[in-house]
Amino acid sequence: MSFINYSSREINCKIVYYGPGLCGKTTNLQHIYQKTNPDVKGKMISLATETERTLFFDFLPLALGEIRGFKTRFHLYTVPGQVFYDASRKLILKGVDGVVFVADSQIERMEANIESLDNLKVNLKEQGYDLRKIPYVVQYNKRDVPNAAPLAELRRLLNPGGAPEFEACATTGQGVFETLKAVAKGVLTDLKKMGS
Amino acid sequence: MIQSQLVMQQEDFDRVLGIIQRLVRDANAKGVFVVDKAGQLIGEAGELRGIDSTSLASLTAGCIAATGGLAKILGEEEFPTHFHQGERDNLHMTLVGDRMILVIVFDERSSLGLVRLRVKKAGGELAKLFEDIRKKSETHVALGHSSPFAEITDDDIDNLFS
Repeated sequence: MSFINYSSREINCKIVYYGPGLCGKTTNLQHIYQKTNPDVKGKMISLATETERTLFFDFLPLALGEIRGFKTRFHLYTVPGQVFYDASRKLILKGVDGVVFVADSQIERMEANIESLDNLKVNLKEQGYDLRKIPYVVQYNKRDVPNAAPLAELRRLLNPGGAPEFEACATTGQGVFETLKAVAKGVLTDLKKMGS
Repeated sequence: MIQSQLVMQQEDFDRVLGIIQRLVRDANAKGVFVVDKAGQLIGEAGELRGIDSTSLASLTAGCIAATGGLAKILGEEEFPTHFHQGERDNLHMTLVGDRMILVIVFDERSSLGLVRLRVKKAGGELAKLFEDIRKKSETHVALGHSSPFAEITDDDIDNLFS
């Protein structure tokens, strides 16, 4: 649910990074945090376990600039990927404006990817959203690993609908900003459609 | 259930600020924040202006969401009021209507009783105000008024990333 404030002339939107455990959602946000100007980002918050696994969510506020005199602010969230944190994932999807599905390219994580994508669809549906109708981008992460599945296979299993998709290596930053730009663009385009 | 976009005009924002500024005075609070359940900061007042209110909003929403989840497990609809006691500062959070959270930070200059009393009145006023804003938004759409974002071009969007 975007929030448009005419008083402060701001648009606030919420983007959620979803995907199986250890796929690189937090690494995406960490890269964005490290590579953005201090004046456009807020503090990054990570609610994680002692072993650095996401417990509830990571949060990173970003100000991208102005459109027609309105400051655009994006709030990036990750969900905890581990299967047993499903209750938390549902909560974080509340009020979402755009979703990034981060897939783990490793062949042995294919089942986990499929399970996580199914879980995303179910949890969105519970809140009245349809994955086919909201701004949505797929990122194939860890393309640098030797056991990466072929792109065509990932696409067939995880993106049959043909959503915008990007190959990435979040640890080096490859594809991270391209993914963010695509989902942000989708959210703003949606806002434009809603306004017309 | 999907929630509609929240559009706040200047006069509505001023009314929200009026209510929370009065609450700061009436409750002897250090700061008052209005946050929506998705974690967006709607308004703030008091001497805490300048703290990281964006993070405060996000964590408040997370806290309320998590406790709401606990309530449902126990068969409750919600736990509408939360109180966190610190050594110096205390935090009081209340649900306002179905999509807003009222957060009050106070220290020894106030008391939980006073805060609860003042929150009850201000919370009621805010709930009514946000209901008015919601209806106004719906009427706006029903009457076919377009938002300024209808005129956003692809170039405008691309320029954000250039």
